[in-house]
Amino acid sequence: MVVAQVSPPLAVDSGVRFLEEVSAKTAGVSRLEMCIQCGTCGGSCPSADDMDHTPRMLFAMIRAGMKEQALRSNTPWMCVSCYHCVVRCPQGVHIADVMYTLKGMAEQEKSYRDSTPPGFARVFVGQVETFGRSWELGLTARHYLRHFILRLPRMTPMAAGLFFRGRIGILPHRIRQRKQLHAILSRAEELEKVS
Amino acid sequence: MSRYLYYPGCSMDGSGRAYGESLIPVCEKLGLNLAEIDDWNCCGATEYVGVSLSPAYALIARNLAIAAKSKTDGEPLVAACSACYLNLAKADNYMKERPQLGERVNVALDAGGLHYDPGSVEIRHLLEVIMNDVGLDQVRANVVKPLAGLRVAPYLGCMLPRPDPDHRWKNHERPDDLDQLLAALGADVVDFPLKTECCGGHMTQIAPKVGLELIRRLVDEAEHHLADMMVTVCPMCQINIDAYQGEMNAEFHTKHKMPIVFFTQLMGVAFGLDPKKMGIGRELTDARPALKKIGKEAQPAADPVAPAHRPRPDKRALPMPRMESEATAAAETPAEVAR
Repeated sequence: MVVAQVSPPLAVDSGVRFLEEVSAKTAGVSRLEMCIQCGTCGGSCPSADDMDHTPRMLFAMIRAGMKEQALRSNTPWMCVSCYHCVVRCPQGVHIADVMYTLKGMAEQEKSYRDSTPPGFARVFVGQVETFGRSWELGLTARHYLRHFILRLPRMTPMAAGLFFRGRIGILPHRIRQRKQLHAILSRAEELEKVS
Repeated sequence: MSRYLYYPGCSMDGSGRAYGESLIPVCEKLGLNLAEIDDWNCCGATEYVGVSLSPAYALIARNLAIAAKSKTDGEPLVAACSACYLNLAKADNYMKERPQLGERVNVALDAGGLHYDPGSVEIRHLLEVIMNDVGLDQVRANVVKPLAGLRVAPYLGCMLPRPDPDHRWKNHERPDDLDQLLAALGADVVDFPLKTECCGGHMTQIAPKVGLELIRRLVDEAEHHLADMMVTVCPMCQINIDAYQGEMNAEFHTKHKMPIVFFTQLMGVAFGLDPKKMGIGRELTDARPALKKIGKEAQPAADPVAPAHRPRPDKRALPMPRMESEATAAAETPAEVAR
């Protein structure tokens, strides 16, 4: 009885598990455990001002097992993939790829405060899965109607300008072997769920 | 003619149409034969990798598998869009670096009857091919209308020089390849300090305030260096700086009019090709007035103007910390340390 009431001292382990989970889901070798907390990443970041946590802070949170807070942080969504931090990191951490991983995990657990960035990604991915190509008009139209309806008046002259200069495809371009692409993507999705 | 496989990417017949239509004739002039790979699909840009890992890499690898099949003799695969180039190169590298990912991607490709051995296709960007395979001498030999008098700010953006998975760039933050190329066309090249800073990418779509600020920095700096136009290698940079400049002006109450074109468009103009056929005029911030400066006398003393002095603080404003107190504070600190 007494033994069962004692909470297992797993706080450290769960942290390690989250770090491992993030690393395992990152393309390439993340080297996240190599971070020495120097802060070069945040100092190199053009959008650090708009982040809830600098990348350094976020990586410390991941190590500390603060999964919920890390996945709710807007930091990965503010990452512009400019790779400044990646080329400057003295430890060679694949920072941008870790950010992608965290986005994917937050998306999976529906753990984000602003639905605009994941919404955009989902529409984009949906179109690529359907047509095999991205379709700028459909993507922006759907995204703006859903998330930026008040921005539309400002956008109209720009959209008209792009249209009259032949830079907007009215219809989506479809690849021929869509069935083959679907087969590949659904097999990949199954594999992704296994791990 | 040396043969290359060509992966255009989705924006080449959409928002980046001027890039697509200018690079083909320019490459022909330079003796590069670009063979578009059959039935290619989107590379997923920066969106798919942030949703699901294995499908994102399987999507990219389908293109690599098609390229590997259509190779006749070790031709490299060339992309002109920076994001496409980086995605292709990253997939190739990560499939090697993480054999587990490579295996998984191949199991997925197998569902479509395809297979890709990482490392079997050499992936390159058009700018790097022109610099290294063609060479500046060959470029100079084709110039019939030197761009003298046109002040250009070379802007590479992020994803071409960084993270550079194949180690093709000597400098990741201030490379001068595009500068050299534009100088070979006879243009007056600005030493643009923000040449590899970010345009914000998809931020204009998901967090406009962040994106517009990044665009403002670039356009401000280009204007500060008295550039007539910016020149880029990436469709994303082009549409952000070109099409969102209006919204940026509205946001910051500025009146910038900084045109931005693709480097292949300027190459075409310098090679004597019809500017209209090079897609000049497709940009929202018109580049034609700037192009009229070509051949005219260069403006004298085109030094960067000093930024205007900050206005003096209002006398009624709160007082700022004064030097004396700072001096006493400094005197106190070492004593504390000694204690």
